[in-house]
Amino acid sequence: MLYGTRLRALSIATLVTMTAALALAFFYAPMDADQGFMQKIFYIHVPMGIVALCGFVWGGINAIQHLRTRDAKYDLRSYVAIHLSLILGAGVLVTGSIWAKASWGHWWVWDEPTLVSFLIVFLLYATYQPMRFSIEDREKQARYASVFAITAGAFVPLNFIAVRLAQAYTHPRVFATADGGLPAKMQLPFYLSLLGMTLLYITLWRYEMASKNTSAKLRALRRKLAGDDAVAPVGRTAAPSLPTT
Amino acid sequence: MILAQTTSALPDNTGYVAAAYLVFFALVLIYVVIMASKLARFERELTELNDVADERFGPSAPAARPAPEEAARR
Repeated sequence: MLYGTRLRALSIATLVTMTAALALAFFYAPMDADQGFMQKIFYIHVPMGIVALCGFVWGGINAIQHLRTRDAKYDLRSYVAIHLSLILGAGVLVTGSIWAKASWGHWWVWDEPTLVSFLIVFLLYATYQPMRFSIEDREKQARYASVFAITAGAFVPLNFIAVRLAQAYTHPRVFATADGGLPAKMQLPFYLSLLGMTLLYITLWRYEMASKNTSAKLRALRRKLAGDDAVAPVGRTAAPSLPTT
Repeated sequence: MILAQTTSALPDNTGYVAAAYLVFFALVLIYVVIMASKLARFERELTELNDVADERFGPSAPAARPAPEEAARR
């Protein structure tokens, strides 16, 4: 179950989709007349951003489930979702900065609502793990983290709205707008890249979940075989703890 | 605005594009390396627990152990 055929199939599907998406982005999609070759950055930057934000929302949904059921597995799911979204979020900020430097000549522009709103969301979630770590009581930690994940998850759609309401349309937009949108030959690589990034996120999420579950099961097995003394007590940690009995 | 046209007068920003893709692949690679080290730790712990089980209950009969292919599928 943990390292079963489903996870293997998912990994292969991710690899195939990402490879196809990048091949299409570089060899099929036409060169952008305005941005030139550097527009190719958007085939990873934008999907990474969308998937990271959706991951934060997914973390919030699992947090709701955790508060409803008090089942520790939902806290773990929420934690892993947010953890992965933070990694992707860091990738979005770095690739976005690289693009900004190439296009605008600056690594960062503070009067660009899209950039700043994404940074706010990222920094908000950057406090998630220190917040968890600061609470010693595991029950309370899980509960507070869920409340945080729900509140912050609700804040995430503001990022999308900020993009739409932004007055200065300096940030490039890839979806259809009133005066045009993504050309058809760019749509296929872009949507395939979005699918690949989603699959990558799901694959890594499942690997991380399998890893955490295996770790808990190993502790339980060690306790059964060698007694409580053989299991080192779990110190203060930001990661959720699964029942080991 | 994005226009799907090909022109020869485009600025060469290959380095920036390569850097952005490198960042992405580096992130994935680091994650995979961390996962691999975790798997190696699990393997070590399992071997250790197997030894503890052997000490307590005696070495398990080979027939009782799953075939390597079956174990790999699990």
